[in-house]
Amino acid sequence: MAAELHVALVAADREVWSGKATLVVARTTTGDIGVMPGHQPLLVVLESGPVTIRTSEGGTVVAAVHGGFISFADNKLSLLAEIAELSDEIDVQRAERELERAKAEGDATAARRADVRLRAVAAR
Amino acid sequence: MGAQLRVYKRRIRSVTATKKITKAMEMIAASRVVKAQRKVAASTPYAQELTRAVTAVATGSDTKHPLTTQVETVTRSAVLLLTSDRGLAGAFNSNAIKAAEQLTERLEREGKQVDTYIVGRRGVAHYNFRERTIADSFTGFTDEPSYADAKKVAAPLIEAIEKDTAEGGVDELHIVYTEFVSMMTQTAVEARMLPLSLDEVAEESSAKGEVQPLFDFEPSAEDVLDALLPRYVESRIYNALLQSAASKHAATRRAMKSATDNAGELINTLSRLANAARQAEITQEISEIVGGSAALADATAGSDK
Repeated sequence: MAAELHVALVAADREVWSGKATLVVARTTTGDIGVMPGHQPLLVVLESGPVTIRTSEGGTVVAAVHGGFISFADNKLSLLAEIAELSDEIDVQRAERELERAKAEGDATAARRADVRLRAVAAR
Repeated sequence: MGAQLRVYKRRIRSVTATKKITKAMEMIAASRVVKAQRKVAASTPYAQELTRAVTAVATGSDTKHPLTTQVETVTRSAVLLLTSDRGLAGAFNSNAIKAAEQLTERLEREGKQVDTYIVGRRGVAHYNFRERTIADSFTGFTDEPSYADAKKVAAPLIEAIEKDTAEGGVDELHIVYTEFVSMMTQTAVEARMLPLSLDEVAEESSAKGEVQPLFDFEPSAEDVLDALLPRYVESRIYNALLQSAASKHAATRRAMKSATDNAGELINTLSRLANAARQAEITQEISEIVGGSAALADATAGSDK
């Protein structure tokens, strides 16, 4: 059996995804980080951006994460985020519309949010 | 129909209409309690994981942070009071307000200045009516608070606590909210939220027998704490908002249930009175007819002779 770690992707108001995975890639404030089973205990601040989870079954789960952390210990990885959405849940057209509107209005945070969503879909 | 009977009938009709409304409100509140409880449950994993992460930082490093440093002499404290936007919830709001007032009084006796922050129109109205100053208020979301709302509430509070006291900042933050104990019991509680005592947080989770591993912090312990603590405060406020919402709906349900029961009782009493009035009317009519016919019989018997 391949080594695996248990991942829980938790948003502030719900548990978004949980399951077994072999690799989790996320963007931290200092660069991308990949966590594999057996990694040393870790507490990381994430940038807003897509997080890629390679599941044990060989599939890939991509989520758009805003304002998050990774805490990893005992082969258990918790991905905490204020807002987290799986790429399948993201409505591309709506995100694109939002991005245009946010750019037109000069709303930097909304634009970044929409951009992160689109990048998550693109990474799928 | 007699005048009295008509008055009773009219009152029964109006009370029946009221009863229908309170019954509907009771059922709406009951379904909202369940929804609110579900939201409380859904937010627990995040709160748990966050507490664990904060504990990890607390035990893994001795970093100092404005949100955790205890000031020796507290000169100004902030009180965050959670009420609801709408009433019709029995003593829900007055209990929370009373708890906040007691806390304010106690803090003032200790020589502290108190800044009041209020969530919910009811609390704002109470303070405005008494012409007390409110540092900041937030309304419009108490029935179904979202995480974004909690962020909105937390932002000025965190800002105030990070500012120097001399420049109008505060040294500690208390929160008054209504804890959802069960469907029947909700109690107004007050707790000191900031400065956070990391030891307490650590104790809470170590009581469960977890041994904390040595963490690697990225980018650094300070930065992690910097990012983590505001989230922790937000999640605590979010939890308090959710509990307060669930409590409000439960209180509404109870208040509306007793209103419905009272209306039912009133309808019973009124229908008895209406029956008595109707019977009295009938009795009177019969005695009038009997009296009239007897008089007529007497008169014709007299003329025959």
